[in-house]
Amino acid sequence: MLGIVRQRVSSVPTLQRMLYASKSFSSAAKEMTVRDALNSALDEEMSADPKVFLMGEEVGDYQGAYKITKGLLEKYGPQRVLDTPITEAGFAGIGVGAAYYGLRPVVEFMTFNFSMQAIDHIINSAAKSNYMSAGQISVPIVFRGPNGAAAGVGAQHSQCYAAWYGSCPGLKVLTPYSSEDARGLLKAAIRDPDPVVFLENELLYGESFPVSAEALNSDFCLPIGKAKIEREGKDLTITAYSKMVGHALKAAEVLAKEGISAEVINLLSIRPLDRAAINASVRKTNRLVTVEEAFSQNGVGAEICASVVEESFEYLDAPVERIAGADVPMPYAANLERMAVPQVDDIVRAAKRTCFRSV
Amino acid sequence: MATAFTATNFVQTLSAVNTRSHDKPLFDPLKTTSSFLGSTRKLRLTNSAKLNQPNLHRRSAVVAVSDVVKEKKLKSTSNLLITKEEGLVIYEDMILGRAFEDMCAQMYYRGKMFGFVHLYNGQEAVSTGFIKLLKKEDCVVSTYRDHVHALSKGVPARQVMSELFGKTTGCCRGQGGSMHMFSKEHNLLGGFAFIGEGIPIATGAAFTSKYRREVLKEADCDHVTLAFFGDGTCNNGQFFECLNMAALWKLPIVFVVENNLWAIGMSHLRATSDPQIYKKGPAFGMPGIHVDGMDVLKVREVAKEAIERARRGEGPTLVECETYRFRGHSLADPDELRDPAEKARYAARDPITALKKYMIESKLASETELKAIEKKIEEVVEEAVEFGDESPVPARNQLLENVFADPKGFGIGPDGRYRCEDPKFTEGTAHV
Ligand SMILES: Cc1ncc(C[n+]2csc(CCOP(=O)(O)OP(=O)(O)O)c2C)c(N)n1
Ligand SMILES: [Mg+2]
Repeated sequence: MLGIVRQRVSSVPTLQRMLYASKSFSSAAKEMTVRDALNSALDEEMSADPKVFLMGEEVGDYQGAYKITKGLLEKYGPQRVLDTPITEAGFAGIGVGAAYYGLRPVVEFMTFNFSMQAIDHIINSAAKSNYMSAGQISVPIVFRGPNGAAAGVGAQHSQCYAAWYGSCPGLKVLTPYSSEDARGLLKAAIRDPDPVVFLENELLYGESFPVSAEALNSDFCLPIGKAKIEREGKDLTITAYSKMVGHALKAAEVLAKEGISAEVINLLSIRPLDRAAINASVRKTNRLVTVEEAFSQNGVGAEICASVVEESFEYLDAPVERIAGADVPMPYAANLERMAVPQVDDIVRAAKRTCFRSV
Repeated sequence: MATAFTATNFVQTLSAVNTRSHDKPLFDPLKTTSSFLGSTRKLRLTNSAKLNQPNLHRRSAVVAVSDVVKEKKLKSTSNLLITKEEGLVIYEDMILGRAFEDMCAQMYYRGKMFGFVHLYNGQEAVSTGFIKLLKKEDCVVSTYRDHVHALSKGVPARQVMSELFGKTTGCCRGQGGSMHMFSKEHNLLGGFAFIGEGIPIATGAAFTSKYRREVLKEADCDHVTLAFFGDGTCNNGQFFECLNMAALWKLPIVFVVENNLWAIGMSHLRATSDPQIYKKGPAFGMPGIHVDGMDVLKVREVAKEAIERARRGEGPTLVECETYRFRGHSLADPDELRDPAEKARYAARDPITALKKYMIESKLASETELKAIEKKIEEVVEEAVEFGDESPVPARNQLLENVFADPKGFGIGPDGRYRCEDPKFTEGTAHV
């Protein structure tokens, strides 16, 4: 493994290659899938810093269970792209140990559901040691993988961990939505000196989004802890993260046709939470609907409500509405599953309620 | 009692661990290593050969049962391992497993089932060889690859199919799905989607049987638990933790490893420092057995003794069945990493074809009798599909049912009464 340091750092502009190779790329607007965005971010950061390495199940030979790590084994070799046995507690802990001692691991969980077998290391070993050691031992590690409900995979495989990890001091918890978010935040996460839980969404991997020229630059990073106004509006604020941003934008579309102007905030970071952006928006619109796929109790929406009640209470013109997943383990049957996760209609209805329109 | 390997062997072999006996081992486990070369992947011998050196003295602790079965055959007078009746039951169960899974593939591609569907094709000898020896009270704990374990344990095919269709008549009313089959009636304690998860659950079930016998004084409680899991799972800590506790407390459990040489796209030989899983039994003080998992009769012989040993209160056994899956990891797996030659080699050892040949050659059954079974199963599976098709999807109110055994867990509503006491409670509360 000592060879790593001497390994030649490649400077091939992979992104460029990928864009031109990609079939979804139209010559008019630059578009990129979330999958390619993540892949290019990993590639660039590995190429920029030989201390960055990748480990997890099926990240090498198989090219990633969801093909996020495609081509990286070939490019960086088995010392920097490690296929692990199925032992989350073991390899997450090994990653944390490597981070304590000077490397910058990126640990992939095949899905975040499996991170539950490693949660001890994420919380006890990664999140707390900078504090316990009085700043002597920092833990620059990224735990990443798909989070939240996929489709038809039942209760154990369909769960959102944003609120779980978001409640833990010492962790940074990021939730990208678009390709630009994914690129900018993943690169920031890898460069960050602290442990980052990076929650992707399987159902977004194949989606294409337009990307700016700036975002294609290998220096591009998004600031951790800043939310983004995805759509400006004046009648109400809708907060969302990850896949639910797409739902919120669709709801805003529907609402616009009915004369309601919704402002959509893409949270991007669950911890730290951009309270300033949320409160500024609510002070402007005076109404708030929070959207999350996860359970409502002790959830991200609950935290946002608390923040708004604490800081902008007198600005609220209507009770806050929280849209969350049903308070049940995810059912398998397709019709029940649909009822259990928030749909665009649910957001539209809640928005109208807060605006005192009939539903 | 005629057993494939006697308890004395175990005692003897186990003590050999401690005393580093120089006795010549009864069965040379090294013979079995060749079967690992069934994988075209080369064992990375560079440093693992050296690493394995200190383990050499343990060889004698391990019984290679494939060889034992052969010996028994020579000694036995009838020269047959099963009766005609047993043979027909086994054959039918294996055919059911295969036909059911083939139908699942069709139904998945037609969009009738969704998510991750992991099929069992190729591994039937393990499920049948073990589970058909159980009593109804005995317990099975499975993984996400659980349809066939459920069928072998007696859950009706129509209930499993209907579950896969997400219908109310499924064994979990459509709430569990492919990876989560449960049947209290049949003591199927679940399909577990996470690696290693089922092992402690199974160990807990075995603990219960011992507790009932010894603490609750239920003298007739001699129930045995089988835990099924894959090779990849044997690198997970829960496996080792439970081997220790099961041996420590002498629990009535059999750990059945279905070593199909692959964990999704990860070759067993690339994931495991010492790929001979059965050797890990003796390390924890229990017998470890390796058996040809493509031969239902051999599996059955091993299973018989391991289950009886557990029933007698002599503790756990680790059995490694070397098998192979004939399809991708799940129906979504492109299955690009396994060598076609390796697939062909195992396909040629199809456990069902082998049993059929054995039954016909040893005159246990005629071609027509076996054909009749195949026909019957074809109808059973088709009926299961019709049943699933015609069954209703869950009604809206089912969404909030079963979250708690006591729905008071939903708490108290604005009117001061338990929310669940409101007759409309389950109708409109999917979202907060
Ligand atoms: C804790 C955990 N990590 C990862 C996974 C994803 N996963 C599902 S099956 C599988 C491979 C398991 O291989 P093996 O134990 O050999 O069983 P097989 O599928 O071959 O029957 C993996 C990694 C999981 N289900 N649970
Ligand atoms: Mg396997």
